[in-house]
Amino acid sequence: MYRYDQFDQALVNARVDQFRDQTARYLAGTLPADEFRHLRLRNGLYVQRFAPMLRIAIPYGTLSSKQLRMLAHIARQYDKGYGHFTTRQNIQFNWPKLETVPDILADLATVEMHAIQTSGNCIRNITADHLAGVAKDELIDPRPYCELTRQWATEHPEFNWLPRKFKFAFSSSTTDRSATQVHDIGVHIIKNAAGEIGYEMVVGGGLGRTPIIGQVIREWLPEEDLLSYSEAILRVYNLLGRRDNIYKARIKITVKETGLAKFKEMVEAEWATIKDGPLKLRRADIERFQSFFTAFDYEVSAASDTSYAEHLTKDSAFAAWTKRNLKAHRQPGYAIAFLSLKARGIAPGDVTDVQMDAIADLADQYSFGELRATHNQNLVFTDVKQADLYPLWQALVKLDLATPNIGLLTDLICCPGLDFCSLSNASSIAVAEEIFDRFESLDYQHDIGEIKLNMSGCMNGCGHHSVGHIGILGVDKKGEEWYQITLGGSSENKASLGDRTGPSVDREHIADAVQTIVHTYLDLRASEDESFLACYQRVGMPPFKAKLYPVAAEEAA
Amino acid sequence: MSALLNLEGAVLTDAYTLLADDAELLESGAVIVSLTRWQAEAAALAARSAPVAVKLANTVDVLTLAADVLARPMLVLDFPAFGDGRAYSQARRLRDRDTYQGVIRASGAAVVADQLAMMARCGISEFALREDQPLEVCQAALSSSGKPLPYQPARDLDKAVFAARQ
Repeated sequence: MYRYDQFDQALVNARVDQFRDQTARYLAGTLPADEFRHLRLRNGLYVQRFAPMLRIAIPYGTLSSKQLRMLAHIARQYDKGYGHFTTRQNIQFNWPKLETVPDILADLATVEMHAIQTSGNCIRNITADHLAGVAKDELIDPRPYCELTRQWATEHPEFNWLPRKFKFAFSSSTTDRSATQVHDIGVHIIKNAAGEIGYEMVVGGGLGRTPIIGQVIREWLPEEDLLSYSEAILRVYNLLGRRDNIYKARIKITVKETGLAKFKEMVEAEWATIKDGPLKLRRADIERFQSFFTAFDYEVSAASDTSYAEHLTKDSAFAAWTKRNLKAHRQPGYAIAFLSLKARGIAPGDVTDVQMDAIADLADQYSFGELRATHNQNLVFTDVKQADLYPLWQALVKLDLATPNIGLLTDLICCPGLDFCSLSNASSIAVAEEIFDRFESLDYQHDIGEIKLNMSGCMNGCGHHSVGHIGILGVDKKGEEWYQITLGGSSENKASLGDRTGPSVDREHIADAVQTIVHTYLDLRASEDESFLACYQRVGMPPFKAKLYPVAAEEAA
Repeated sequence: MSALLNLEGAVLTDAYTLLADDAELLESGAVIVSLTRWQAEAAALAARSAPVAVKLANTVDVLTLAADVLARPMLVLDFPAFGDGRAYSQARRLRDRDTYQGVIRASGAAVVADQLAMMARCGISEFALREDQPLEVCQAALSSSGKPLPYQPARDLDKAVFAARQ
């Protein structure tokens, strides 16, 4: 993984000092509250419903065991003993005290971590495929390009006060696992006919209250032009983006209102003047960043292991886990193992300090001391020897991190909701728990198969409800919690936004509604191989609507 | 009266008077006028012996400025609110293409200690501080002593980490 040199470390250290000074000036009353708000957001600090919330970046999802131990320490020392992994490869702490945040940031800096630009109207954490470097369908590891982009974006003097937040996501695989089409800029690393590496650039995607699928602004961008082209897009957006209405300030609206062709023309004109300037990447730069992300020293003998096959036949619980929570590795004898953060009774994405310490130890023991955070709010050990899978699983079971539900209904995405967030209309975590109870039987879940249930407590869409196969959005109706349901959303290759089923459902009936939708699917599917999404795409909304709103259907008939 | 600093943090005496669009033109002394007034009265203004600077709204496309505007000894950019960063991009466009080599002055409610360093990096060379700003904090913000190298090339492109690593 990437390691800081003296330049990186000096920047992060200086940022801690700067924020310590800003906090002191605010507490002394010499820095106005509104200005401190802007500054603290750019250091990851929100003020939430009950306490401040601190969001820490895990650039492109890669984390070392040492860093995870520090996060455990922060959870213990400054918080209530747990952290919450988000949908954008960040971790959030919900209970730090404002006065202690500079100390937390100083602790983070000792393990090459920070909270810079994890909030505020600036370029946010750069995300990527959580299987980067090990995925079988990958062209090239996207992380060197992510790190280059991260450095370019960090404290960029021109883009710290954008019209609105700005998110990059990278993918270089045939399957998009980083929701690139619903990001402000989605970068697809591709190869042209001549065998050269470059990018397909997607712009103007986004979730929130006006979800929009991004559009291709450039089909081919040469490898060396990533940063100059990004700078051109950001400059045009910074000048053109709306600042009169916060709900129309994202680049997705700028592109929509300007028109892609006109927007592209402006970006290309800007780019023409800077493309051959100092942002042009040189081969040596790219190779330097690539040198941090080389493959681990795999043992060739790992493939000759026979114990794995034995355990599979002897232990059906282990076999069930391997079926759902493992992915094939490029290297014979190795596997990719998912740690499910979606156990019953736990808010999706939550981990305790004790779990974090234990996960760090397991990463050291079984996966080269590294792990990944996924945008589905789970963790991954990317490089586990086949022979180690059984002891790893046994350890994960004890930690309640072995729920064999990856990709299934209870592997749902969920924002913190009303329980923590001051923006939220409705509680999402309690609904998640109720759904968990309804679909507790794993056999039942396996029968339902691959399905993405995404839930957000409000229009801001932190739970990515618009791209859930089933999306649930909390809305406020005269002080009561109601839920709007959408079907058919997807953030995968052919990204799509969910369609609304109809009137929203109250708190008492939301879990019933999900159950009705699932039953309808089971009745309608052509075969066990037809996924929920494929089935919905084939049959459309009417049969689901009829089951969800039987009275309305009768009246219409 | 708010202080005026240069890039080095030295306090300058402001030679300029900001002239409202409907104010009578002063017979002598340096003045700052709006782009609208400059465009309406360019001939009369250019005929003055004292310097005339032009203040640009942050919605002005600086790429469309006429040669007579770019010939002014000073352009004033507006930072009207703490979170409104449009003038940063205006400054980059004015500087990076060597379109403009005169003084670029920042004025407005966001010309505060916490933004000065980034303004300087984008090519702004004078800072009309908001009235409540403590001088020492602003001077410290502009000083490069003890500050790390920034990652990305901007106006100060020879000083970026990207270049230093090479």
